Amino acid sequence: MAVGKEILTKIRSVQNTQKITRAMQMVSTSKMRKTQERMRAARPYAEKVRTVMAHLAQANADLGHPLLARRDVVKRAGIILVSSDKGLCGGLNVNSFKRFYAKVKELQEQNVEIDVCCLGQKAVAACQRARLNVVASAVQLGDVPKMDKLIGPLTVLFKQYAEGELDAVYIVYSGFINTMKQEPTLEQLLPLTPQHMVVEHSHSWDYLYEPDAPSLMEFLVKRYLESVVYQALAENMASEQAARMVAMKAATDNAGNTIKQLRLVYNKARQAAITTELSEIVAGAAAV
Amino acid sequence: MSKMHVEVVSTEQLIYSGEAEFLVAPALEGEIGVYPRHVPLLTRIKPGVLRMTVPGSKEEVLVAVSGGMLEVQPTHITVLADTAIRGEDLDEARANEAKRAAEESLQHATDDLSTAKAHAALAAAIAQLKALDYLKKRVH
Repeated sequence: MAVGKEILTKIRSVQNTQKITRAMQMVSTSKMRKTQERMRAARPYAEKVRTVMAHLAQANADLGHPLLARRDVVKRAGIILVSSDKGLCGGLNVNSFKRFYAKVKELQEQNVEIDVCCLGQKAVAACQRARLNVVASAVQLGDVPKMDKLIGPLTVLFKQYAEGELDAVYIVYSGFINTMKQEPTLEQLLPLTPQHMVVEHSHSWDYLYEPDAPSLMEFLVKRYLESVVYQALAENMASEQAARMVAMKAATDNAGNTIKQLRLVYNKARQAAITTELSEIVAGAAAV
Repeated sequence: MSKMHVEVVSTEQLIYSGEAEFLVAPALEGEIGVYPRHVPLLTRIKPGVLRMTVPGSKEEVLVAVSGGMLEVQPTHITVLADTAIRGEDLDEARANEAKRAAEESLQHATDDLSTAKAHAALAAAIAQLKALDYLKKRVH
Protein backbone atom coordinates (compact mmCIF):
# COMPACT_ATOMS: atom_id res chain seq x y z
CA MET A 1 0.00 0.00 0.00
CA ALA A 2 1.55 3.23 -1.14
CA VAL A 3 -0.40 5.60 1.07
CA GLY A 4 1.47 8.65 2.37
CA LYS A 5 4.81 7.67 0.90
CA GLU A 6 5.77 11.36 0.73
CA ILE A 7 4.93 11.75 4.39
CA LEU A 8 7.17 8.82 5.33
CA THR A 9 10.03 10.28 3.34
CA LYS A 10 9.51 13.60 5.05
CA ILE A 11 9.53 11.93 8.48
CA ARG A 12 12.77 10.16 7.69
CA SER A 13 14.40 13.38 6.53
CA VAL A 14 13.38 15.18 9.72
CA GLN A 15 14.71 12.27 11.75
CA ASN A 16 18.06 12.58 10.02
CA THR A 17 18.19 16.29 10.75
CA GLN A 18 17.31 15.55 14.36
CA LYS A 19 20.22 13.14 14.63
CA ILE A 20 22.60 15.83 13.45
CA THR A 21 21.26 18.53 15.76
CA ARG A 22 21.36 16.15 18.71
CA ALA A 23 24.97 15.24 17.96
CA MET A 24 25.90 18.93 17.66
CA GLN A 25 24.15 19.63 20.94
CA MET A 26 26.17 16.97 22.72
CA VAL A 27 29.45 18.10 21.16
CA SER A 28 28.78 21.69 22.24
CA THR A 29 27.89 20.56 25.76
CA SER A 30 31.23 18.86 26.21
CA LYS A 31 33.18 21.68 24.55
CA MET A 32 31.42 24.31 26.59
CA ARG A 33 32.90 23.12 29.86
CA LYS A 34 36.42 23.27 28.47
CA THR A 35 35.97 26.71 26.91
CA GLN A 36 34.66 28.04 30.23
CA GLU A 37 37.70 26.68 32.05
CA ARG A 38 39.96 28.36 29.53
CA MET A 39 38.10 31.59 30.00
CA ARG A 40 38.79 31.45 33.73
CA ALA A 41 42.40 30.35 33.26
CA ALA A 42 43.13 33.54 31.35
CA ARG A 43 42.17 35.83 34.23
CA PRO A 44 45.21 35.63 36.58
CA TYR A 45 47.57 36.81 33.86
CA ALA A 46 45.61 39.97 33.09
CA GLU A 47 45.39 40.71 36.81
CA LYS A 48 49.14 40.31 37.30
CA VAL A 49 50.06 42.43 34.31
CA ARG A 50 47.68 45.11 35.47
CA THR A 51 49.17 45.17 38.98
CA VAL A 52 52.75 45.38 37.72
CA MET A 53 51.77 48.06 35.22
CA ALA A 54 50.08 50.08 37.95
CA HIS A 55 53.19 49.82 40.17
CA LEU A 56 55.32 50.97 37.31
CA ALA A 57 53.03 53.88 36.48
CA GLN A 58 53.02 54.94 40.12
CA ALA A 59 56.79 54.81 40.45
CA ASN A 60 57.31 56.70 37.19
CA ALA A 61 54.46 59.17 36.94
CA ASP A 62 55.92 60.87 33.90
CA LEU A 63 56.25 57.66 31.92
CA GLY A 64 55.05 58.44 28.44
CA HIS A 65 54.25 55.76 25.95
CA PRO A 66 52.66 56.17 22.52
CA LEU A 67 49.99 53.64 23.43
CA LEU A 68 49.04 55.64 26.52
CA ALA A 69 48.68 58.94 24.68
CA ARG A 70 45.21 60.49 24.80
CA ARG A 71 43.76 62.30 21.82
CA ASP A 72 41.34 65.16 22.17
CA VAL A 73 39.77 64.83 18.75
CA VAL A 74 38.84 61.43 17.43
CA LYS A 75 39.15 61.35 13.66
CA ARG A 76 39.63 57.68 13.01
CA ALA A 77 38.71 54.77 15.22
CA GLY A 78 39.56 51.09 15.16
CA ILE A 79 37.09 48.42 16.16
CA ILE A 80 37.98 44.82 16.86
CA LEU A 81 35.01 42.64 16.02
CA VAL A 82 35.04 39.17 17.53
CA SER A 83 32.75 36.49 16.12
CA SER A 84 32.62 32.74 15.74
CA ASP A 85 34.00 30.94 12.71
CA LYS A 86 30.97 28.73 12.30
CA GLY A 87 27.26 29.39 12.30
CA LEU A 88 24.39 27.46 13.85
CA CYS A 89 24.72 29.18 17.17
CA GLY A 90 21.44 31.07 17.37
CA GLY A 91 21.50 34.85 17.49
CA LEU A 92 24.97 35.04 18.98
CA ASN A 93 26.82 36.69 16.11
CA VAL A 94 23.82 38.70 14.95
CA ASN A 95 23.49 40.28 18.39
CA SER A 96 27.18 41.22 18.47
CA PHE A 97 26.92 42.65 14.96
CA LYS A 98 23.91 44.76 15.96
CA ARG A 99 25.93 46.27 18.80
CA PHE A 100 28.79 46.77 16.36
CA TYR A 101 26.67 48.43 13.66
CA ALA A 102 25.16 50.74 16.27
CA LYS A 103 28.64 51.88 17.29
CA VAL A 104 29.70 52.23 13.65
CA LYS A 105 26.67 54.40 12.95
CA GLU A 106 27.27 56.52 16.02
CA LEU A 107 30.89 57.10 15.00
CA GLN A 108 30.02 57.78 11.37
CA GLU A 109 27.52 60.43 12.45
CA GLN A 110 30.40 62.17 14.22
CA ASN A 111 32.39 61.96 10.98
CA VAL A 112 34.80 59.44 12.41
CA GLU A 113 36.35 57.07 9.94
CA ILE A 114 36.46 53.44 10.90
CA ASP A 115 38.96 50.63 10.50
CA VAL A 116 37.85 47.17 11.48
CA CYS A 117 39.90 44.23 12.65
CA CYS A 118 38.00 40.97 12.28
CA LEU A 119 38.52 37.91 14.44
CA GLY A 120 36.45 35.04 13.10
CA GLN A 121 34.96 34.11 9.75
CA LYS A 122 31.51 35.55 10.41
CA ALA A 123 32.93 38.95 11.29
CA VAL A 124 34.82 39.09 7.99
CA ALA A 125 31.65 38.26 6.06
CA ALA A 126 29.62 40.84 7.97
CA CYS A 127 32.17 43.60 7.33
CA GLN A 128 32.34 42.72 3.66
CA ARG A 129 28.56 42.99 3.43
CA ALA A 130 28.59 46.34 5.20
CA ARG A 131 31.48 47.51 2.98
CA LEU A 132 33.63 48.50 5.92
CA ASN A 133 37.35 48.96 5.76
CA VAL A 134 38.93 45.79 7.15
CA VAL A 135 42.59 46.38 7.97
CA ALA A 136 43.43 43.02 9.51
CA SER A 137 41.77 39.71 10.13
CA ALA A 138 42.33 36.31 11.63
CA VAL A 139 40.06 33.39 10.84
CA GLN A 140 39.99 29.66 11.55
CA LEU A 141 40.65 30.29 15.21
CA GLY A 142 39.53 26.83 16.27
CA ASP A 143 38.13 25.94 19.68
CA VAL A 144 41.22 26.88 21.66
CA PRO A 145 42.12 30.57 21.65
CA LYS A 146 45.74 30.91 20.59
CA MET A 147 47.82 33.99 21.31
CA ASP A 148 49.83 33.21 18.22
CA LYS A 149 46.89 34.06 15.97
CA LEU A 150 46.05 37.29 17.77
CA ILE A 151 49.43 38.97 17.76
CA GLY A 152 49.36 39.82 14.05
CA PRO A 153 46.02 41.62 13.84
CA LEU A 154 46.61 43.40 17.14
CA THR A 155 50.07 44.60 16.14
CA VAL A 156 48.47 46.24 13.08
CA LEU A 157 45.99 48.21 15.19
CA PHE A 158 48.37 49.12 18.01
CA LYS A 159 50.97 50.32 15.56
CA GLN A 160 48.42 52.52 13.85
CA TYR A 161 47.43 53.91 17.23
CA ALA A 162 51.02 54.57 18.26
CA GLU A 163 51.65 56.36 14.97
CA GLY A 164 48.60 58.52 15.46
CA GLU A 165 46.55 57.11 12.60
CA LEU A 166 43.91 55.83 14.99
CA ASP A 167 42.62 57.86 17.91
CA ALA A 168 40.61 55.19 19.72
CA VAL A 169 40.26 51.44 19.67
CA TYR A 170 37.18 49.49 20.71
CA ILE A 171 36.39 45.83 20.95
CA VAL A 172 33.02 44.15 20.42
CA TYR A 173 32.46 40.57 21.55
CA SER A 174 29.87 38.34 23.09
CA GLY A 175 30.26 38.37 26.86
CA PHE A 176 29.55 35.15 28.68
CA ILE A 177 27.09 35.62 31.55
CA ASN A 178 25.82 32.09 31.92
CA THR A 179 24.85 29.17 29.74
CA MET A 180 21.48 30.66 28.89
CA LYS A 181 22.61 34.24 28.59
CA GLN A 182 25.26 35.89 26.46
CA GLU A 183 25.45 39.60 26.05
CA PRO A 184 27.10 41.60 23.28
CA THR A 185 29.73 43.76 24.95
CA LEU A 186 31.53 46.85 23.75
CA GLU A 187 34.69 47.97 25.53
CA GLN A 188 37.18 50.72 24.94
CA LEU A 189 40.71 49.38 24.67
CA LEU A 190 42.61 52.53 23.81
CA PRO A 191 43.28 55.04 25.15
CA LEU A 192 43.55 53.25 28.47
CA THR A 193 41.21 54.71 31.03
CA PRO A 194 42.66 55.70 34.42
CA GLN A 195 40.84 52.86 36.16
CA HIS A 196 43.28 50.49 34.47
CA MET A 197 46.06 52.09 36.47
CA VAL A 198 44.75 52.10 40.02
CA VAL A 199 47.15 50.89 42.70
CA GLU A 200 46.29 49.58 46.13
CA HIS A 201 49.57 50.56 47.81
CA SER A 202 50.21 54.10 48.90
CA HIS A 203 53.83 53.90 50.11
CA SER A 204 56.29 54.56 47.34
CA TRP A 205 59.02 52.21 46.28
CA ASP A 206 60.61 51.47 42.98
CA TYR A 207 62.00 48.53 41.07
CA LEU A 208 65.43 47.99 39.69
CA TYR A 209 64.96 47.93 35.95
CA GLU A 210 66.71 45.85 33.43
CA PRO A 211 67.12 47.25 30.77
CA ASP A 212 65.04 50.41 31.49
CA ALA A 213 61.59 51.51 32.59
CA PRO A 214 60.17 52.81 29.28
CA SER A 215 60.89 49.63 27.34
CA LEU A 216 59.41 47.53 30.13
CA MET A 217 56.34 49.74 30.13
CA GLU A 218 55.93 49.19 26.42
CA PHE A 219 56.17 45.45 26.97
CA LEU A 220 53.58 45.55 29.75
CA VAL A 221 51.09 47.77 27.95
CA LYS A 222 51.22 45.50 24.90
CA ARG A 223 50.83 42.37 26.97
CA TYR A 224 48.00 43.88 28.90
CA LEU A 225 46.04 44.82 25.79
CA GLU A 226 46.70 41.45 24.25
CA SER A 227 45.49 39.69 27.33
CA VAL A 228 42.28 41.76 27.29
CA VAL A 229 41.62 40.75 23.69
CA TYR A 230 42.56 37.17 24.47
CA GLN A 231 40.07 37.18 27.33
CA ALA A 232 37.41 38.57 25.01
CA LEU A 233 38.09 35.84 22.48
CA ALA A 234 37.99 33.14 25.15
CA GLU A 235 34.70 34.53 26.40
CA ASN A 236 33.31 34.67 22.88
CA MET A 237 34.23 31.03 22.38
CA ALA A 238 32.52 29.99 25.60
CA SER A 239 29.46 31.99 24.52
CA GLU A 240 29.53 30.34 21.12
CA GLN A 241 29.44 26.84 22.55
CA ALA A 242 26.71 27.74 25.04
CA ALA A 243 24.62 29.44 22.37
CA ARG A 244 25.08 26.52 20.01
CA MET A 245 24.09 24.06 22.69
CA VAL A 246 20.88 25.95 23.43
CA ALA A 247 20.10 26.46 19.73
CA MET A 248 20.67 22.81 18.92
CA LYS A 249 18.57 21.69 21.86
CA ALA A 250 15.70 23.83 20.58
CA ALA A 251 16.22 22.42 17.07
CA THR A 252 16.17 18.84 18.38
CA ASP A 253 12.96 19.51 20.33
CA ASN A 254 11.34 21.15 17.31
CA ALA A 255 12.30 18.21 15.11
CA GLY A 256 10.65 15.90 17.67
CA ASN A 257 7.43 17.93 17.50
CA THR A 258 7.46 17.96 13.72
CA ILE A 259 7.91 14.20 13.63
CA LYS A 260 5.00 13.74 16.02
CA GLN A 261 2.70 15.88 13.86
CA LEU A 262 3.79 14.17 10.65
CA ARG A 263 3.15 10.76 12.21
CA LEU A 264 -0.36 11.89 13.10
CA VAL A 265 -1.02 13.05 9.54
CA TYR A 266 0.42 9.82 8.17
CA ASN A 267 -1.72 7.61 10.45
CA LYS A 268 -4.82 9.59 9.57
CA ALA A 269 -4.16 9.23 5.85
CA ARG A 270 -3.53 5.50 6.23
CA GLN A 271 -6.72 5.07 8.26
CA ALA A 272 -8.71 7.03 5.68
CA ALA A 273 -7.32 4.84 2.88
CA ILE A 274 -8.27 1.65 4.75
CA THR A 275 -11.77 2.96 5.45
CA THR A 276 -12.28 3.90 1.79
CA GLU A 277 -11.11 0.51 0.62
CA LEU A 278 -13.34 -1.29 3.11
CA SER A 279 -16.42 0.69 2.11
CA GLU A 280 -15.63 -0.04 -1.55
CA ILE A 281 -15.48 -3.78 -0.85
CA VAL A 282 -18.71 -3.66 1.17
CA ALA A 283 -20.45 -1.66 -1.56
CA GLY A 284 -19.16 -4.09 -4.18
CA ALA A 285 -20.43 -7.08 -2.19
CA ALA A 286 -23.84 -5.42 -1.73
CA ALA A 287 -24.15 -4.85 -5.49
CA VAL A 288 -23.61 -8.57 -6.19
CA MET B 1 65.89 29.12 55.45
CA SER B 2 63.43 31.69 54.23
CA LYS B 3 61.21 31.04 51.27
CA MET B 4 59.50 32.99 48.54
CA HIS B 5 56.37 32.36 46.57
CA VAL B 6 56.81 31.82 42.86
CA GLU B 7 54.07 32.11 40.28
CA VAL B 8 54.51 31.49 36.58
CA VAL B 9 51.45 32.68 34.64
CA SER B 10 50.73 32.92 30.95
CA THR B 11 47.69 34.26 29.12
CA GLU B 12 46.49 30.76 28.54
CA GLN B 13 46.98 29.29 31.99
CA LEU B 14 48.70 29.27 35.37
CA ILE B 15 51.87 27.31 34.63
CA TYR B 16 53.42 26.97 38.06
CA SER B 17 52.70 28.14 41.57
CA GLY B 18 54.64 27.20 44.69
CA GLU B 19 57.37 27.91 47.25
CA ALA B 20 61.02 28.21 46.33
CA GLU B 21 64.32 28.89 48.11
CA PHE B 22 66.27 29.95 45.05
CA LEU B 23 65.44 30.74 41.46
CA VAL B 24 67.52 31.16 38.33
CA ALA B 25 66.01 32.94 35.32
CA PRO B 26 67.39 33.71 31.84
CA ALA B 27 67.16 37.51 31.93
CA LEU B 28 67.65 39.59 28.83
CA GLU B 29 71.16 40.60 29.87
CA GLY B 30 72.33 37.29 31.31
CA GLU B 31 71.14 34.71 33.82
CA ILE B 32 70.18 35.99 37.23
CA GLY B 33 69.79 34.10 40.50
CA VAL B 34 67.27 35.28 43.07
CA TYR B 35 67.19 34.48 46.78
CA PRO B 36 64.37 35.51 49.10
CA ARG B 37 64.38 39.16 50.21
CA HIS B 38 65.81 40.30 46.93
CA VAL B 39 65.41 44.00 46.12
CA PRO B 40 62.37 44.66 43.86
CA LEU B 41 63.40 44.05 40.28
CA LEU B 42 61.67 44.09 36.94
CA THR B 43 63.29 42.54 33.92
CA ARG B 44 62.47 40.84 30.66
CA ILE B 45 63.47 37.25 30.16
CA LYS B 46 64.60 35.34 27.11
CA PRO B 47 63.27 32.01 25.90
CA GLY B 48 64.86 29.44 28.16
CA VAL B 49 64.53 27.54 31.41
CA LEU B 50 63.60 28.70 34.90
CA ARG B 51 65.24 26.66 37.64
CA MET B 52 63.94 26.62 41.17
CA THR B 53 65.14 25.02 44.37
CA VAL B 54 62.09 23.86 46.24
CA PRO B 55 62.14 23.39 50.04
CA GLY B 56 62.20 19.77 51.17
CA SER B 57 63.28 18.42 47.81
CA LYS B 58 66.70 17.86 46.30
CA GLU B 59 65.29 17.94 42.78
CA GLU B 60 65.18 21.30 41.09
CA VAL B 61 61.95 22.33 39.43
CA LEU B 62 62.37 23.29 35.77
CA VAL B 63 59.93 25.39 33.80
CA ALA B 64 60.57 26.17 30.14
CA VAL B 65 59.35 29.61 29.07
CA SER B 66 59.32 31.28 25.69
CA GLY B 67 60.22 34.70 26.99
CA GLY B 68 58.27 37.14 29.12
CA MET B 69 58.82 39.28 32.17
CA LEU B 70 60.13 38.62 35.66
CA GLU B 71 58.91 40.63 38.60
CA VAL B 72 60.84 40.18 41.84
CA GLN B 73 59.53 41.33 45.20
CA PRO B 74 61.08 40.40 48.53
CA THR B 75 58.84 37.39 49.18
CA HIS B 76 57.09 37.12 45.87
CA ILE B 77 58.21 36.33 42.37
CA THR B 78 55.92 36.58 39.38
CA VAL B 79 56.86 35.40 35.93
CA LEU B 80 54.60 36.70 33.18
CA ALA B 81 55.37 34.12 30.55
CA ASP B 82 54.66 34.51 26.86
CA THR B 83 52.95 31.60 25.22
CA ALA B 84 54.21 32.44 21.79
CA ILE B 85 57.76 33.21 20.79
CA ARG B 86 57.95 36.95 20.27
CA GLY B 87 60.22 39.35 18.51
CA GLU B 88 60.04 42.55 16.50
CA ASP B 89 60.53 40.80 13.17
CA LEU B 90 58.14 38.02 14.02
CA ASP B 91 55.39 40.36 15.24
CA GLU B 92 55.88 42.41 12.12
CA ALA B 93 55.58 39.33 9.92
CA ARG B 94 52.43 38.31 11.75
CA ALA B 95 50.98 41.78 11.31
CA ASN B 96 51.67 41.65 7.60
CA GLU B 97 50.06 38.26 7.42
CA ALA B 98 46.95 39.55 9.17
CA LYS B 99 46.76 42.47 6.76
CA ARG B 100 47.19 40.20 3.82
CA ALA B 101 44.53 37.83 5.13
CA ALA B 102 42.19 40.79 5.34
CA GLU B 103 42.97 41.86 1.80
CA GLU B 104 42.39 38.50 0.21
CA SER B 105 40.37 36.21 2.44
CA LEU B 106 42.25 33.31 0.95
CA GLN B 107 45.05 31.86 2.99
CA HIS B 108 48.42 30.65 1.93
CA ALA B 109 51.50 31.54 3.92
CA THR B 110 53.86 34.12 2.48
CA ASP B 111 57.59 33.52 2.42
CA ASP B 112 58.02 36.28 4.94
CA LEU B 113 55.87 34.52 7.48
CA SER B 114 57.19 31.05 6.92
CA THR B 115 60.73 32.30 7.54
CA ALA B 116 59.63 34.00 10.73
CA LYS B 117 57.72 30.90 11.77
CA ALA B 118 60.76 28.75 11.17
CA HIS B 119 62.76 31.14 13.36
CA ALA B 120 60.17 30.82 16.09
CA ALA B 121 60.15 27.04 15.89
CA LEU B 122 63.92 27.10 16.07
CA ALA B 123 63.91 29.32 19.16
CA ALA B 124 61.38 27.03 20.85
CA ALA B 125 63.42 23.97 19.95
CA ILE B 126 66.56 25.61 21.33
CA ALA B 127 64.78 26.40 24.60
CA GLN B 128 63.70 22.77 24.91
CA LEU B 129 67.18 21.53 24.05
CA LYS B 130 68.62 23.75 26.76
CA ALA B 131 66.26 22.18 29.27
CA LEU B 132 67.25 18.69 28.10
CA ASP B 133 70.95 19.55 28.21
CA TYR B 134 70.60 20.79 31.71
CA LEU B 135 68.74 17.66 32.78
CA LYS B 136 71.41 15.44 31.24
CA LYS B 137 74.20 17.32 32.98
CA ARG B 138 72.46 16.85 36.29
CA VAL B 139 72.08 13.11 35.80
CA HIS B 140 75.79 12.53 35.10
